[in-house]
Parts: sequence; C-alpha cells; structure tokens
Amino acid sequence: MNRSQPTSQRPLFLLIPGLVAIAFLVIPLVGLLAEAPWGSFGSILTSQVALEALRISLITSIAATAIAIVIGTPLAWLLAREILPGTRVLRALVIVPLLLPPVVSGVILLTAFGRRGLVGQWLYSGLGIQLPFSTAGVVIAATFVAMPFLIITMEGAFRSLDGRFEDAASTLGASQWTIFRRITLPMVGPSLVAGAVLCWARALGEFGATITFAGNFPGVTQSMPLAVYQALETDRSTAIALSLVMLTVCIVVLVALRGRYLRPGSS
Amino acid sequence: MSVTANFTSHRGEFTLKFKAEFEPGSVIAILGPNGAGKSTLLRTIAGLSAVDTGSITINSVTVDDAKKVFLRPPARSVGYVFQDYAIFPHLTVLANVAFGPRSRGSGRKAADQLANEVLTQLGINDLAERRPASLSGGQAQRVALARALVTRPDVLLLDEPLAALDIQTRSKIRIELAQQLSTFAGCTVFVTHDPLDAMLLADRVIVLESGVVVQDATPAEIARRPATPYAAALIGVTLLRGNTRSGELTLDDGGVLHTADIDAAGPVLAVIRPESVSVHRVQPEGSPRNVWPGTIMALEASHDRVRVQIAGPPDVVAAVTPGAVTELGLAPGTRVWVSVKAVDLDVYPTHPDPTGAR
Repeated sequence: MNRSQPTSQRPLFLLIPGLVAIAFLVIPLVGLLAEAPWGSFGSILTSQVALEALRISLITSIAATAIAIVIGTPLAWLLAREILPGTRVLRALVIVPLLLPPVVSGVILLTAFGRRGLVGQWLYSGLGIQLPFSTAGVVIAATFVAMPFLIITMEGAFRSLDGRFEDAASTLGASQWTIFRRITLPMVGPSLVAGAVLCWARALGEFGATITFAGNFPGVTQSMPLAVYQALETDRSTAIALSLVMLTVCIVVLVALRGRYLRPGSS
Repeated sequence: MSVTANFTSHRGEFTLKFKAEFEPGSVIAILGPNGAGKSTLLRTIAGLSAVDTGSITINSVTVDDAKKVFLRPPARSVGYVFQDYAIFPHLTVLANVAFGPRSRGSGRKAADQLANEVLTQLGINDLAERRPASLSGGQAQRVALARALVTRPDVLLLDEPLAALDIQTRSKIRIELAQQLSTFAGCTVFVTHDPLDAMLLADRVIVLESGVVVQDATPAEIARRPATPYAAALIGVTLLRGNTRSGELTLDDGGVLHTADIDAAGPVLAVIRPESVSVHRVQPEGSPRNVWPGTIMALEASHDRVRVQIAGPPDVVAAVTPGAVTELGLAPGTRVWVSVKAVDLDVYPTHPDPTGAR
C-alpha cells in the first residue's frame, strides 16, 4: 500500500462497508469452489442431461442475442432519433421487461403467445405453430427479457453519436442504407459488442420466464439454469458442477472483454 | 453553377429569411454573430434541412420549393466542410476522401485513385494512410476540403472553416484556402464570424443578423459603410492592399505607409481600425510615422462614436467621439490631417510567404 496516500482518500465509513460488500460477493464463489465435486466433474459434464442443457443454452442464448441485434438495434436508432410518436412512452416500455419479475414476463408471454393467447391462437390454428414448451419458446423468453440490455446500450450509443458524421456522409452522396452501414454502425461498434454481451449474458442466465413460458423438458426447453434447478433437488453435486460451468463462462467473457468494452462510462 | 436562394426557414422561435443569388466562381462570406442563422443557411442549401416557404435553385434545377420538390443531399451537387470537419474517425484519410466517389457509384479502385489525385492536388497525399485522430487541426482542415472537393460539386459550403485552428495555423491555412477557392469553378459559400476571413477570402460578404440579411456587398464596401453596429464594430475598418518589405508598405492605390511588422514581405492586406486613426486640424508632430492630409467626405453616428470617412489617398475611416467632432469642428469638406501609428497597422499576407518562414 502507498503509505504517502492521505487517509482522507480512504475514509473508514466507506472502506468498511466496501470491504463487507467484497466479502459478500466473493464468499459465495469460494463456497461454490469448496464444494465442487472435482473427482466426478468429468462424468457429470459429459452426462446427457448436462450436454443437452449446455446445447440448448448456447443455441437459445445466441439466437436471442441475434434477434435482439437485428430488431433491437433499429428500435434503438428510432428511439435515439425520436422519430416515432410517443418516444418517451416507448422508451419506458422497453425497460419494463428489465424491471418485471421474470416469472411475470413468462405469464405475459403465455397470454400473448400461448395456445389460447392473443397472437398464439392464430399461430396455432392458422399455421400450426406452438411456441410454449418448445425450444423456440425458450428463445422468445430469453429475447423478451434480454433485449432491453441491447436496446438501452445502443440507444445511448446512437444518441451520443455526433449527427454531423451522418450529415457529412449524406452530402457526400451516401444513401441512408450506406450511411447506416458504413458510418453509423462502425462508429457504434464497441457499444454493439458491449450491448450484445450484456444481452447474451442475460439470455444465458434466463430462468423464470423460460420455466413459466417454455417449461422444463430435458432436451427441448431445459437450459443450463433449469438443469441446475432440477439437479439441486435430486443431485446436489451435479447442480454445483453445472453452476461452475456457468460461472466459468461468465468469467471468460468478462476477462476477454476486460477494459475493452466494459470500461466505466464506455457505453 | 449558380445558386438562387429565396426562402424562409423556421427553427422554433427563430426564423431565417434569406434572399440572394450566388454567381459561378464567386466566393461569398456569410458573416454574423452566433445564432444569426448562418449554419441553418448552409444546411438548407445542402438539403440537410428544408425550407418552409420559398425555394432554392442550384444550376437552374429547383432542389427545394417547400411543396413538391425536395432533393435530399445526395441528389444535390454540394460539397460541405463542417465545423470541426467531421472527418470519419474510423476510416483512414484516403477512405474518408474516397467515401464520396464510392457512395456515388465508383468502384473501389477508381474512388481511391480520385481521392489520391485530390490529396496530391492539396499537397497532403503523404497523409493518405493516417487515422483522423493523428491529424493536426490544419491537416484535418485540408482533408475535409479534399473530401468535399473530390466529388466536384457545383457548390462548396464551408461552416467556420478556420475556427477550429490556432491563430498561427489559421493565417497559413487561410492563405492556402484562398488559393484553392480561386481555382474552384463552382460557387463557394462560407460561414464565419471572423471578419478577417470574410475580408481575405470573399469577393462578396453577406451580413446576417437574427435571421435577416442586413447587408450584401463587397468586403471593401462593407468596411467603408457597415450597415449595422455589429458590422461596424466587427468590420468597419479600413482595408488597404499593397506590397510590404522591411516595414515599408507600398499601397496599390498610391502612397507609402510604415508598419511595425518588418518580417512580412510581398503582397498584403493592411487593416486599420477606426479607433486607431487620429484626426487633427493641423499637421501633427512627434511619434506617429504615418501622417497624411485628407478631406472629410461624410460623418455618421454609429453607437457612441462618430464614423468619419476621410478621402486621402489613402482613404480611411476614423471613429471619434461626438465631443471631438464639435471640438475640432468636423464637417463634410473639412481639410484634416490623419495619423496612424505603425503598430496600429495590421498586416496580413495574401499569398504564401515565398521563403516558407511561416
């Protein structure tokens, strides 16, 4: 420690609660590592339940992130430019899934896309598509709760982008599509990566809305968090091993992006 | 390549009412205080914002008539140099300049070649692979100009082209810009709040205040007879063209004046502020090195001063207090002596210094 640092820069009334917070965050991780079934780790992870849950988690979280990028980025742009009427209301609506208890999100999705839901009944009777209790339903649930992270990040990025760059491109003869592709998107690229990572991490961890809307069927809708939940009731060591896998994924992503896109105030 | 603009444009409470025609090959300065509507004017000509009434014609093609016609910026042949230049930070200098041709349908090779040609023309082809973040202010200005010129626009619009530069760079770039504009065939409209830019670059100055054109004349006319207190305070100055050498300024219209700037050499524009001109009834003696006789042509009240137009040669404008007018008995036709200190004669080169010292 730097002895010459004045004590006023680390006052006790901040230092002590801060250290408590660190302990609170770190002790559970240590607990997880302490109880990890290192001996049977390999066989647990290669079990069919674990592999299928991992596969479903990866597919659905990536699909949800892709959908969020494709439809969420344009919405973020529309919100940032305040093109749609009622932009303020829309912006509040976008944040709703973020604040709602995920299980309520699941109920909402059932009322919309369930077999007797507002849209779901048409999908089912007209096209024979049933979203609840399908892998597609897992993607819908994950997209619903995770997309706000991408939209909020991207709206901030579009908002802070100096409009004169787009104006300059326009006077140089670029079409609106060219401007978006060659100027706007590259300039918000770092935010897109940050937003996509946040969105993907949220989709990967999605539990409440998924189990409510898509159910918990191994091989179809059982993602990693659902598998952990189920294992906890029967086989604690499996639950801990699967939890460790998810923790590792999170840490790998954080380290890979450390200081690049997730700096304070970098969005 | 002429522009006809006769329109109004509303921005909340603010209304810009503009009417003027720009001839091919002319350089027009739009001079005015902040919030006068200067940038709005440029944006409206470029198609970045629309007129509310009236119309704009470029090259006898109506580009905006407030009703049926509105051509978006890509459909207008306009080059735009933005304030602070707005150079795309994620593209190299070459890619920035090639962006226009590429957007207008050229292949990558052809666009790069065009960009290289313009960069060479402006003497900055060594910057081609640089990233915008590594450019100095002067370099960025040149790149922005190259990017605007590469599409060979009919109209070149510049928003405060020199405001982002420090004073030394500014006078150097100003001279360069003057040369580049003189070879540009289309018409140039630039916005500035620096009267020197207007005086040195433009052959016509339009003074815009609170969204209204208050004066539209040559720089010399505006300097002689500024129409508003703003213009008077800013540009109600005497402009003299001549050649200087070792502090001796030989005026194009006859006469020799002494300047304190003994380093400057070659063709210059000399500026004398009315406040630095002293008016006497008898020939003054002592320190002032520039003394000459003249006749008062006109007196005009302007703010708390009286502007006195004196025919020389050289002609000069003095600003004196109303008290001095009475005291000295100044009236049109009065014979007077004029004195200006050498240090009050500001000298601005109009061509690059051949020695390259600056």
